[in-house]
Amino acid sequence: MRHLLSETWSGLRRNVGITLAVVMTMWVSLSLFGAGLIAAQQVNLFKGEWYDKIEITVYLCTAKLQTGGNCDPGQDATDEQKDQIHDAIEKNPEVLKVEYQSKEEAYEEFLNVFKDSPIKDSLTLEEMQDNYRVKLVDPQQYQGLVSQLKLMRGVQKIQDLHQILEPVFKWLGALQWGTIALSIVLLLAAALQIGTTIRMATFTRGREIGIMRLVGASNFHIMGPFLLESLIAGLVGAFLASGTLVFGVWFIILRNAQRGLEAFRWVGWTETWIAVGAMVLVAIILSIIPTIISARRYLRV
Amino acid sequence: MIRFEEVSRIYDGQTRAALANVNIEIEKGEFVFLVGGSGSGKSTLMKLILREYRPTTGRIYVAGKDVAALPERKIPALRREIGMVSQDFRLLPGKTVFENVAFALQVIGKPRSLIRKVVPETLEMVGLADKMGRRPDELSGGEQQRVAVARAFVNHPKILLADEPTGNLDPETSVGIMKLLDRINRSETTVVMATHDWAMVDQMRKRVVELESGHVIRDQARGIYGARA
Repeated sequence: MRHLLSETWSGLRRNVGITLAVVMTMWVSLSLFGAGLIAAQQVNLFKGEWYDKIEITVYLCTAKLQTGGNCDPGQDATDEQKDQIHDAIEKNPEVLKVEYQSKEEAYEEFLNVFKDSPIKDSLTLEEMQDNYRVKLVDPQQYQGLVSQLKLMRGVQKIQDLHQILEPVFKWLGALQWGTIALSIVLLLAAALQIGTTIRMATFTRGREIGIMRLVGASNFHIMGPFLLESLIAGLVGAFLASGTLVFGVWFIILRNAQRGLEAFRWVGWTETWIAVGAMVLVAIILSIIPTIISARRYLRV
Repeated sequence: MIRFEEVSRIYDGQTRAALANVNIEIEKGEFVFLVGGSGSGKSTLMKLILREYRPTTGRIYVAGKDVAALPERKIPALRREIGMVSQDFRLLPGKTVFENVAFALQVIGKPRSLIRKVVPETLEMVGLADKMGRRPDELSGGEQQRVAVARAFVNHPKILLADEPTGNLDPETSVGIMKLLDRINRSETTVVMATHDWAMVDQMRKRVVELESGHVIRDQARGIYGARA
Protein backbone atom coordinates (compact mmCIF):
# COMPACT_ATOMS: atom_id res chain seq x y z
CA MET A 1 0.00 0.00 0.00
CA ARG A 2 2.78 2.35 0.97
CA HIS A 3 4.58 1.44 -2.22
CA LEU A 4 1.44 2.07 -4.28
CA LEU A 5 1.07 5.53 -2.76
CA SER A 6 4.71 6.47 -3.23
CA GLU A 7 4.62 5.31 -6.86
CA THR A 8 1.47 7.34 -7.42
CA TRP A 9 3.03 10.38 -5.84
CA SER A 10 6.19 10.14 -7.93
CA GLY A 11 4.04 9.68 -11.04
CA LEU A 12 2.05 12.80 -10.26
CA ARG A 13 5.22 14.77 -9.63
CA ARG A 14 6.86 13.54 -12.80
CA ASN A 15 3.90 14.68 -14.89
CA VAL A 16 3.02 17.76 -12.93
CA GLY A 17 2.33 19.93 -15.99
CA ILE A 18 0.07 17.46 -17.72
CA THR A 19 -1.64 16.59 -14.44
CA LEU A 20 -2.46 20.25 -13.93
CA ALA A 21 -3.82 20.40 -17.48
CA VAL A 22 -6.09 17.45 -16.72
CA VAL A 23 -7.22 19.02 -13.47
CA MET A 24 -8.04 22.31 -15.17
CA THR A 25 -9.91 20.73 -18.06
CA MET A 26 -11.86 18.63 -15.59
CA TRP A 27 -12.54 21.69 -13.49
CA VAL A 28 -13.94 23.81 -16.31
CA SER A 29 -15.90 21.03 -17.99
CA LEU A 30 -17.40 19.72 -14.78
CA SER A 31 -18.34 23.25 -13.72
CA LEU A 32 -20.21 23.69 -16.98
CA PHE A 33 -21.79 20.29 -16.59
CA GLY A 34 -22.90 21.12 -13.05
CA ALA A 35 -24.22 24.49 -14.14
CA GLY A 36 -26.24 22.75 -16.83
CA LEU A 37 -27.69 20.38 -14.26
CA ILE A 38 -28.60 23.25 -11.93
CA ALA A 39 -30.19 25.14 -14.83
CA ALA A 40 -32.21 22.08 -15.78
CA GLN A 41 -33.52 21.73 -12.25
CA GLN A 42 -34.30 25.45 -12.09
CA VAL A 43 -36.28 25.29 -15.32
CA ASN A 44 -38.23 22.36 -13.93
CA LEU A 45 -39.01 24.31 -10.79
CA PHE A 46 -40.19 27.28 -12.83
CA LYS A 47 -42.27 25.06 -15.03
CA GLY A 48 -43.96 23.32 -12.16
CA GLU A 49 -44.69 26.57 -10.43
CA TRP A 50 -45.91 28.49 -13.42
CA TYR A 51 -47.96 25.78 -14.96
CA ASP A 52 -49.71 25.32 -11.65
CA LYS A 53 -50.65 28.94 -11.54
CA ILE A 54 -51.78 29.22 -15.11
CA GLU A 55 -55.40 30.11 -15.61
CA ILE A 56 -57.24 30.56 -18.81
CA THR A 57 -59.13 33.80 -18.96
CA VAL A 58 -62.06 34.01 -21.35
CA TYR A 59 -62.89 37.62 -22.15
CA LEU A 60 -66.41 38.31 -23.30
CA CYS A 61 -67.53 40.83 -25.88
CA THR A 62 -68.26 44.31 -24.76
CA ALA A 63 -69.95 47.14 -26.66
CA LYS A 64 -66.97 49.44 -26.47
CA LEU A 65 -64.64 47.05 -28.25
CA GLN A 66 -65.21 47.01 -31.97
CA THR A 67 -62.85 44.28 -32.98
CA GLY A 68 -61.96 40.67 -32.64
CA GLY A 69 -63.38 37.34 -31.71
CA ASN A 70 -66.92 36.27 -32.24
CA CYS A 71 -68.51 39.54 -31.28
CA ASP A 72 -71.41 41.35 -32.87
CA PRO A 73 -70.02 44.88 -33.39
CA GLY A 74 -71.18 47.33 -30.76
CA GLN A 75 -72.91 44.72 -28.64
CA ASP A 76 -72.23 43.17 -25.26
CA ALA A 77 -72.29 39.42 -25.09
CA THR A 78 -75.88 38.46 -24.47
CA ASP A 79 -77.01 36.56 -21.39
CA GLU A 80 -77.81 33.61 -23.60
CA GLN A 81 -74.28 33.57 -24.99
CA LYS A 82 -72.89 33.84 -21.48
CA ASP A 83 -74.94 30.87 -20.35
CA GLN A 84 -73.74 28.80 -23.28
CA ILE A 85 -70.13 29.67 -22.59
CA HIS A 86 -70.49 28.96 -18.90
CA ASP A 87 -72.16 25.66 -19.68
CA ALA A 88 -69.41 24.64 -22.10
CA ILE A 89 -66.76 25.40 -19.47
CA GLU A 90 -68.57 23.61 -16.67
CA LYS A 91 -69.13 20.50 -18.73
CA ASN A 92 -65.52 20.15 -19.81
CA PRO A 93 -63.90 17.38 -17.74
CA GLU A 94 -60.54 19.13 -17.72
CA VAL A 95 -61.93 22.08 -15.76
CA LEU A 96 -61.21 22.22 -12.07
CA LYS A 97 -62.85 25.52 -11.23
CA VAL A 98 -64.46 28.43 -13.02
CA GLU A 99 -65.09 31.93 -11.70
CA TYR A 100 -67.10 34.69 -13.27
CA GLN A 101 -65.83 38.20 -12.96
CA SER A 102 -68.05 41.09 -14.07
CA LYS A 103 -66.59 44.19 -15.66
CA GLU A 104 -67.27 46.13 -12.45
CA GLU A 105 -65.26 43.63 -10.44
CA ALA A 106 -62.54 43.63 -13.06
CA TYR A 107 -62.37 47.45 -12.93
CA GLU A 108 -62.16 47.40 -9.16
CA GLU A 109 -59.33 44.90 -9.28
CA PHE A 110 -57.57 47.00 -11.89
CA LEU A 111 -57.85 50.14 -9.77
CA ASN A 112 -56.63 48.23 -6.78
CA VAL A 113 -53.54 46.87 -8.48
CA PHE A 114 -52.57 50.23 -10.00
CA LYS A 115 -53.82 52.51 -7.26
CA ASP A 116 -50.50 54.36 -6.91
CA SER A 117 -49.77 54.48 -10.58
CA PRO A 118 -50.86 56.84 -13.34
CA ILE A 119 -51.91 53.75 -15.29
CA LYS A 120 -55.09 53.65 -13.26
CA ASP A 121 -56.50 56.52 -15.36
CA SER A 122 -55.76 54.81 -18.65
CA LEU A 123 -58.86 52.63 -18.67
CA THR A 124 -62.48 53.31 -17.99
CA LEU A 125 -65.15 50.98 -16.65
CA GLU A 126 -66.61 50.79 -20.14
CA GLU A 127 -63.41 49.32 -21.49
CA MET A 128 -63.36 46.48 -18.98
CA GLN A 129 -64.70 43.09 -19.94
CA ASP A 130 -66.77 40.46 -18.23
CA ASN A 131 -64.68 37.33 -18.06
CA TYR A 132 -64.47 33.74 -16.91
CA ARG A 133 -61.37 32.57 -15.13
CA VAL A 134 -60.81 28.88 -15.61
CA LYS A 135 -58.48 26.66 -13.65
CA LEU A 136 -57.64 23.29 -15.12
CA VAL A 137 -57.10 19.90 -13.52
CA ASP A 138 -53.91 19.45 -15.50
CA PRO A 139 -52.60 22.82 -16.66
CA GLN A 140 -50.76 21.15 -19.55
CA GLN A 141 -54.07 19.98 -21.07
CA TYR A 142 -55.44 23.29 -22.18
CA GLN A 143 -55.76 22.97 -25.91
CA GLY A 144 -59.12 21.17 -26.04
CA LEU A 145 -60.99 23.78 -24.05
CA VAL A 146 -59.32 26.71 -25.77
CA SER A 147 -60.17 25.52 -29.26
CA GLN A 148 -63.72 24.75 -28.19
CA LEU A 149 -64.30 28.22 -26.71
CA LYS A 150 -62.64 30.02 -29.59
CA LEU A 151 -65.57 29.09 -31.81
CA MET A 152 -68.32 30.32 -29.45
CA ARG A 153 -70.32 33.52 -30.03
CA GLY A 154 -69.70 36.19 -27.43
CA VAL A 155 -66.10 35.25 -26.78
CA GLN A 156 -63.88 38.17 -27.60
CA LYS A 157 -60.50 36.76 -26.64
CA ILE A 158 -58.97 33.90 -24.74
CA GLN A 159 -55.87 34.73 -22.82
CA ASP A 160 -53.73 31.77 -22.26
CA LEU A 161 -50.34 32.16 -20.56
CA HIS A 162 -49.03 29.02 -22.21
CA GLN A 163 -48.58 30.95 -25.42
CA ILE A 164 -46.28 33.36 -23.66
CA LEU A 165 -44.45 30.92 -21.44
CA GLU A 166 -43.84 28.11 -23.85
CA PRO A 167 -41.30 29.96 -26.02
CA VAL A 168 -39.52 31.12 -22.88
CA PHE A 169 -39.21 27.57 -21.63
CA LYS A 170 -38.14 26.41 -25.04
CA TRP A 171 -35.26 28.86 -24.99
CA LEU A 172 -34.35 28.03 -21.45
CA GLY A 173 -34.35 24.36 -22.38
CA ALA A 174 -32.12 24.98 -25.38
CA LEU A 175 -29.74 26.96 -23.19
CA GLN A 176 -29.57 24.26 -20.58
CA TRP A 177 -29.02 21.46 -23.09
CA GLY A 178 -26.49 23.59 -24.95
CA THR A 179 -24.51 23.99 -21.75
CA ILE A 180 -24.62 20.28 -21.05
CA ALA A 181 -23.65 19.40 -24.64
CA LEU A 182 -20.72 21.81 -24.50
CA SER A 183 -19.59 20.35 -21.22
CA ILE A 184 -19.75 16.85 -22.68
CA VAL A 185 -17.40 17.92 -25.48
CA LEU A 186 -15.00 19.29 -22.88
CA LEU A 187 -15.37 16.20 -20.73
CA LEU A 188 -14.46 14.04 -23.71
CA ALA A 189 -11.39 16.21 -24.19
CA ALA A 190 -10.49 15.63 -20.57
CA ALA A 191 -10.93 11.87 -20.97
CA LEU A 192 -8.67 11.86 -24.05
CA GLN A 193 -6.12 13.89 -22.16
CA ILE A 194 -6.12 11.37 -19.34
CA GLY A 195 -5.80 8.47 -21.77
CA THR A 196 -2.84 10.12 -23.48
CA THR A 197 -1.19 11.00 -20.19
CA ILE A 198 -1.40 7.43 -19.02
CA ARG A 199 -0.09 6.14 -22.34
CA MET A 200 2.92 8.43 -22.01
CA ALA A 201 3.41 7.36 -18.42
CA THR A 202 3.43 3.70 -19.42
CA PHE A 203 6.19 4.52 -21.93
CA THR A 204 8.34 6.32 -19.37
CA ARG A 205 7.78 3.53 -16.90
CA GLY A 206 8.15 0.77 -19.46
CA ARG A 207 11.20 -0.77 -17.83
CA GLU A 208 9.59 -0.71 -14.40
CA ILE A 209 6.45 -2.31 -15.73
CA GLY A 210 8.55 -4.97 -17.46
CA ILE A 211 10.28 -5.84 -14.20
CA MET A 212 7.01 -5.82 -12.30
CA ARG A 213 5.53 -8.32 -14.71
CA LEU A 214 8.66 -10.45 -14.58
CA VAL A 215 8.69 -10.73 -10.80
CA GLY A 216 5.00 -11.54 -10.73
CA ALA A 217 3.36 -8.30 -9.65
CA SER A 218 -0.41 -8.52 -9.83
CA ASN A 219 -2.46 -6.32 -12.13
CA PHE A 220 -3.53 -4.40 -9.07
CA HIS A 221 0.06 -3.43 -8.35
CA ILE A 222 0.85 -2.63 -11.96
CA MET A 223 -2.31 -0.66 -12.68
CA GLY A 224 -2.80 0.78 -9.22
CA PRO A 225 -0.50 3.80 -9.51
CA PHE A 226 -1.94 4.74 -12.90
CA LEU A 227 -5.54 4.40 -11.76
CA LEU A 228 -4.86 6.33 -8.60
CA GLU A 229 -3.06 9.06 -10.52
CA SER A 230 -5.98 9.61 -12.89
CA LEU A 231 -8.47 9.32 -10.09
CA ILE A 232 -6.69 11.96 -8.04
CA ALA A 233 -6.51 14.34 -11.01
CA GLY A 234 -10.19 13.73 -11.78
CA LEU A 235 -11.32 14.15 -8.21
CA VAL A 236 -9.29 17.31 -7.67
CA GLY A 237 -10.98 18.67 -10.80
CA ALA A 238 -14.37 17.59 -9.46
CA PHE A 239 -13.59 19.17 -6.11
CA LEU A 240 -12.69 22.52 -7.69
CA ALA A 241 -15.75 22.35 -9.94
CA SER A 242 -17.98 21.59 -6.95
CA GLY A 243 -16.50 24.58 -5.16
CA THR A 244 -17.19 26.74 -8.19
CA LEU A 245 -20.75 25.50 -8.43
CA VAL A 246 -21.48 25.91 -4.73
CA PHE A 247 -20.08 29.42 -4.84
CA GLY A 248 -22.10 30.17 -7.98
CA VAL A 249 -25.34 28.94 -6.44
CA TRP A 250 -24.69 30.87 -3.28
CA PHE A 251 -23.68 34.08 -5.03
CA ILE A 252 -26.09 34.14 -7.94
CA ILE A 253 -29.15 32.44 -6.53
CA LEU A 254 -29.17 32.49 -2.76
CA ARG A 255 -27.63 35.90 -2.37
CA ASN A 256 -29.06 37.79 -5.30
CA ALA A 257 -31.83 36.18 -7.31
CA GLN A 258 -33.72 34.81 -4.33
CA ARG A 259 -33.73 38.15 -2.56
CA GLY A 260 -34.51 40.21 -5.62
CA LEU A 261 -37.16 37.93 -7.07
CA GLU A 262 -38.82 36.38 -4.08
CA ALA A 263 -41.92 35.48 -6.04
CA PHE A 264 -40.11 32.63 -7.78
CA ARG A 265 -38.98 29.34 -6.41
CA TRP A 266 -35.24 28.95 -6.78
CA VAL A 267 -32.94 25.97 -6.61
CA GLY A 268 -31.28 25.47 -3.25
CA TRP A 269 -28.72 23.22 -1.62
CA THR A 270 -30.61 19.99 -2.32
CA GLU A 271 -30.40 20.58 -6.06
CA THR A 272 -26.77 21.65 -5.71
CA TRP A 273 -25.79 18.44 -3.92
CA ILE A 274 -27.52 16.39 -6.60
CA ALA A 275 -25.43 18.18 -9.23
CA VAL A 276 -22.24 17.77 -7.17
CA GLY A 277 -22.92 14.04 -6.82
CA ALA A 278 -23.38 13.70 -10.58
CA MET A 279 -20.15 15.64 -11.18
CA VAL A 280 -18.11 13.42 -8.87
CA LEU A 281 -19.55 10.32 -10.50
CA VAL A 282 -18.72 11.61 -13.98
CA ALA A 283 -15.20 12.52 -12.83
CA ILE A 284 -14.62 9.02 -11.48
CA ILE A 285 -15.92 7.32 -14.61
CA LEU A 286 -14.03 9.63 -16.94
CA SER A 287 -10.72 9.14 -15.16
CA ILE A 288 -10.89 5.39 -14.72
CA ILE A 289 -12.18 4.24 -18.10
CA PRO A 290 -9.53 5.97 -20.28
CA THR A 291 -6.83 4.76 -17.90
CA ILE A 292 -7.94 1.17 -18.19
CA ILE A 293 -8.16 1.45 -21.97
CA SER A 294 -4.70 3.03 -22.23
CA ALA A 295 -2.95 0.67 -19.86
CA ARG A 296 -4.89 -2.41 -20.93
CA ARG A 297 -2.06 -3.92 -22.89
CA TYR A 298 -0.03 -4.13 -19.69
CA LEU A 299 -2.69 -6.30 -18.17
CA ARG A 300 -1.88 -8.87 -20.77
CA VAL A 301 1.27 -10.96 -20.61
CA MET B 1 10.39 -29.02 -11.55
CA ILE B 2 10.23 -28.21 -15.27
CA ARG B 3 8.86 -30.62 -17.86
CA PHE B 4 8.44 -30.06 -21.60
CA GLU B 5 6.31 -32.59 -23.46
CA GLU B 6 6.49 -32.43 -27.26
CA VAL B 7 6.59 -28.63 -27.12
CA SER B 8 6.63 -26.60 -30.32
CA ARG B 9 6.44 -22.90 -30.70
CA ILE B 10 5.90 -21.12 -33.99
CA TYR B 11 5.88 -17.34 -33.96
CA ASP B 12 3.11 -15.48 -35.75
CA GLY B 13 3.81 -15.03 -39.42
CA GLN B 14 6.67 -17.52 -39.49
CA THR B 15 6.74 -21.01 -40.89
CA ARG B 16 9.86 -22.31 -39.17
CA ALA B 17 9.37 -23.40 -35.57
CA ALA B 18 11.42 -21.57 -32.94
CA LEU B 19 11.13 -24.75 -30.91
CA ALA B 20 10.15 -28.12 -32.37
CA ASN B 21 9.02 -31.21 -30.46
CA VAL B 22 11.09 -30.46 -27.40
CA ASN B 23 11.05 -32.98 -24.53
CA ILE B 24 13.02 -32.05 -21.45
CA GLU B 25 12.67 -32.86 -17.80
CA ILE B 26 14.56 -30.84 -15.24
CA GLU B 27 14.51 -32.04 -11.64
CA LYS B 28 14.32 -29.95 -8.54
CA GLY B 29 17.72 -28.57 -7.61
CA GLU B 30 19.32 -29.31 -10.96
CA PHE B 31 21.72 -26.99 -12.77
CA VAL B 32 21.31 -26.99 -16.52
CA PHE B 33 23.29 -25.18 -19.19
CA LEU B 34 21.38 -24.35 -22.30
CA VAL B 35 23.74 -23.99 -25.23
CA GLY B 36 23.37 -23.37 -28.94
CA GLY B 37 23.86 -20.62 -31.49
CA SER B 38 21.86 -17.45 -31.77
CA GLY B 39 18.30 -18.21 -32.81
CA SER B 40 18.54 -21.83 -31.74
CA GLY B 41 15.59 -21.38 -29.38
CA LYS B 42 17.21 -20.82 -25.98
CA SER B 43 15.39 -17.59 -25.24
CA THR B 44 12.10 -18.96 -26.52
CA LEU B 45 12.43 -21.88 -24.15
CA MET B 46 12.87 -19.54 -21.20
CA LYS B 47 9.98 -17.34 -22.25
CA LEU B 48 7.77 -20.41 -22.40
CA ILE B 49 8.76 -21.32 -18.84
CA LEU B 50 7.86 -17.78 -17.74
CA ARG B 51 4.62 -18.06 -19.68
CA GLU B 52 5.44 -14.96 -21.71
CA TYR B 53 4.29 -17.14 -24.59
CA ARG B 54 2.11 -20.17 -24.82
CA PRO B 55 3.44 -23.20 -26.68
CA THR B 56 1.86 -23.69 -30.09
CA THR B 57 1.55 -27.38 -29.29
CA GLY B 58 2.62 -29.60 -26.43
CA ARG B 59 2.51 -29.26 -22.67
CA ILE B 60 4.76 -27.50 -20.19
CA TYR B 61 4.74 -28.12 -16.46
CA VAL B 62 6.50 -25.67 -14.18
CA ALA B 63 6.51 -26.20 -10.42
CA GLY B 64 3.60 -28.56 -10.81
CA LYS B 65 1.46 -26.24 -12.89
CA ASP B 66 0.28 -26.83 -16.43
CA VAL B 67 1.59 -23.54 -17.75
CA ALA B 68 -0.22 -23.39 -21.08
CA ALA B 69 -3.57 -23.94 -19.39
CA LEU B 70 -2.90 -21.37 -16.68
CA PRO B 71 -5.47 -18.55 -16.67
CA GLU B 72 -4.04 -15.04 -16.99
CA ARG B 73 -4.80 -14.06 -13.45
CA LYS B 74 -2.66 -16.90 -12.11
CA ILE B 75 0.42 -15.94 -14.12
CA PRO B 76 1.77 -13.56 -11.44
CA ALA B 77 1.75 -16.41 -8.91
CA LEU B 78 3.73 -18.57 -11.35
CA ARG B 79 6.30 -15.86 -11.91
CA ARG B 80 6.83 -15.42 -8.19
CA GLU B 81 8.25 -18.93 -8.24
CA ILE B 82 10.74 -18.00 -10.95
CA GLY B 83 13.66 -15.58 -10.83
CA MET B 84 15.00 -14.16 -14.09
CA VAL B 85 18.40 -12.69 -14.87
CA SER B 86 19.18 -11.35 -18.33
CA GLN B 87 22.23 -10.24 -20.22
CA ASP B 88 21.40 -6.53 -19.96
CA PHE B 89 20.80 -6.44 -16.16
CA ARG B 90 17.59 -4.39 -16.45
CA LEU B 91 18.15 -2.31 -13.33
CA LEU B 92 16.18 0.86 -12.64
CA PRO B 93 18.66 3.73 -13.03
CA GLY B 94 16.87 6.10 -10.64
CA LYS B 95 16.91 3.70 -7.73
CA THR B 96 19.72 2.65 -5.42
CA VAL B 97 20.99 -0.92 -5.21
CA PHE B 98 18.84 -1.49 -2.14
CA GLU B 99 15.78 0.01 -3.82
CA ASN B 100 16.29 -2.03 -6.96
CA VAL B 101 16.23 -5.27 -5.01
CA ALA B 102 13.47 -4.08 -2.69
CA PHE B 103 11.34 -3.18 -5.74
CA ALA B 104 10.83 -6.84 -6.59
CA LEU B 105 9.30 -7.41 -3.16
CA GLN B 106 7.36 -4.16 -2.94
CA VAL B 107 5.46 -4.77 -6.14
CA ILE B 108 4.26 -8.14 -4.96
CA GLY B 109 3.02 -6.56 -1.76
CA LYS B 110 5.57 -7.80 0.77
CA PRO B 111 5.60 -5.90 4.08
CA ARG B 112 8.26 -3.33 4.76
CA SER B 113 9.61 -5.11 7.82
CA LEU B 114 10.35 -8.19 5.74
CA ILE B 115 11.94 -6.12 2.98
CA ARG B 116 14.25 -4.37 5.44
CA LYS B 117 15.43 -7.71 6.70
CA VAL B 118 15.66 -9.78 3.51
CA VAL B 119 17.16 -7.26 1.09
CA PRO B 120 20.38 -6.63 3.06
CA GLU B 121 20.75 -10.37 3.60
CA THR B 122 20.50 -11.03 -0.10
CA LEU B 123 22.88 -8.20 -0.98
CA GLU B 124 25.31 -9.59 1.56
CA MET B 125 25.11 -12.95 -0.16
CA VAL B 126 25.96 -11.47 -3.56
CA GLY B 127 28.79 -9.47 -1.99
CA LEU B 128 27.32 -5.97 -2.25
CA ALA B 129 26.55 -5.30 1.40
CA ASP B 130 28.74 -2.19 1.30
CA LYS B 131 27.16 -0.75 -1.86
CA MET B 132 23.48 -0.72 -0.99
CA GLY B 133 23.19 3.04 -1.34
CA ARG B 134 24.86 3.29 -4.76
CA ARG B 135 23.07 3.80 -8.02
CA PRO B 136 23.55 1.36 -10.92
CA ASP B 137 25.67 3.80 -12.95
CA GLU B 138 28.18 3.93 -10.10
CA LEU B 139 28.75 0.17 -10.31
CA SER B 140 30.82 -2.02 -12.61
CA GLY B 141 29.12 -4.42 -15.00
CA GLY B 142 29.79 -7.38 -12.73
CA GLU B 143 28.37 -5.54 -9.75
CA GLN B 144 25.27 -4.56 -11.70
CA GLN B 145 24.72 -8.17 -12.63
CA ARG B 146 25.07 -9.14 -8.97
CA VAL B 147 22.30 -6.67 -8.16
CA ALA B 148 20.17 -8.28 -10.86
CA VAL B 149 20.86 -11.72 -9.41
CA ALA B 150 19.98 -10.45 -5.94
CA ARG B 151 16.72 -9.06 -7.29
CA ALA B 152 15.89 -12.36 -9.00
CA PHE B 153 16.70 -14.37 -5.89
CA VAL B 154 15.42 -12.13 -3.10
CA ASN B 155 12.01 -13.81 -3.04
CA HIS B 156 13.69 -17.26 -2.95
CA PRO B 157 12.17 -18.64 -6.11
CA LYS B 158 12.16 -22.34 -6.86
CA ILE B 159 13.64 -21.72 -10.30
CA LEU B 160 16.25 -19.24 -11.46
CA LEU B 161 16.50 -18.57 -15.19
CA ALA B 162 19.61 -16.82 -16.48
CA ASP B 163 19.70 -15.76 -20.12
CA GLU B 164 23.38 -15.24 -20.97
CA PRO B 165 24.10 -13.57 -17.64
CA THR B 166 27.80 -13.27 -18.41
CA GLY B 167 27.36 -12.17 -22.02
CA ASN B 168 28.42 -8.60 -21.30
CA LEU B 169 31.11 -9.37 -18.77
CA ASP B 170 34.84 -10.09 -18.94
CA PRO B 171 35.97 -13.65 -18.10
CA GLU B 172 37.10 -12.95 -14.56
CA THR B 173 33.89 -11.19 -13.62
CA SER B 174 31.96 -13.98 -15.29
CA VAL B 175 33.54 -16.50 -12.98
CA GLY B 176 32.27 -14.52 -10.02
CA ILE B 177 28.71 -14.54 -11.37
CA MET B 178 29.01 -18.23 -12.17
CA LYS B 179 30.08 -18.99 -8.61
CA LEU B 180 27.15 -17.00 -7.33
CA LEU B 181 24.69 -18.97 -9.46
CA ASP B 182 26.32 -22.18 -8.31
CA ARG B 183 25.81 -21.15 -4.69
CA ILE B 184 22.19 -20.35 -5.34
CA ASN B 185 21.82 -23.74 -6.98
CA ARG B 186 23.17 -25.44 -3.87
CA SER B 187 20.36 -23.91 -1.85
CA GLU B 188 17.97 -26.27 -3.67
CA THR B 189 17.11 -23.72 -6.38
CA THR B 190 16.81 -25.12 -9.88
CA VAL B 191 19.01 -23.07 -12.22
CA VAL B 192 18.70 -22.94 -16.00
CA MET B 193 21.38 -20.87 -17.67
CA ALA B 194 21.62 -20.11 -21.36
CA THR B 195 25.16 -19.28 -22.39
CA HIS B 196 27.77 -19.00 -25.11
CA ASP B 197 30.61 -19.20 -22.64
CA TRP B 198 32.19 -22.56 -23.48
CA ALA B 199 35.06 -22.24 -21.02
CA MET B 200 32.60 -21.92 -18.19
CA VAL B 201 30.50 -24.86 -19.32
CA ASP B 202 33.52 -27.07 -19.71
CA GLN B 203 34.79 -26.13 -16.31
CA MET B 204 31.53 -26.64 -14.42
CA ARG B 205 30.68 -30.07 -15.78
CA LYS B 206 26.94 -29.77 -15.31
CA ARG B 207 24.09 -31.04 -17.40
CA VAL B 208 24.14 -29.54 -20.90
CA VAL B 209 21.17 -29.27 -23.23
CA GLU B 210 22.09 -28.19 -26.73
CA LEU B 211 19.59 -26.68 -29.12
CA GLU B 212 19.88 -26.21 -32.85
CA SER B 213 17.16 -24.66 -34.99
CA GLY B 214 14.64 -25.38 -32.28
CA HIS B 215 15.53 -29.04 -31.82
CA VAL B 216 17.24 -30.60 -28.83
CA ILE B 217 20.29 -32.23 -30.37
CA ARG B 218 22.09 -33.18 -27.16
CA ASP B 219 21.17 -33.70 -23.51
CA GLN B 220 24.20 -34.75 -21.56
CA ALA B 221 24.50 -35.29 -17.82
CA ARG B 222 28.02 -33.95 -17.16
CA GLY B 223 28.65 -32.33 -20.46
CA ILE B 224 31.00 -29.93 -22.10
CA TYR B 225 30.15 -27.09 -24.45
CA GLY B 226 30.82 -29.27 -27.47
CA ALA B 227 32.14 -28.38 -30.88
CA ARG B 228 34.10 -25.19 -30.55
CA ALA B 229 35.74 -22.98 -33.04
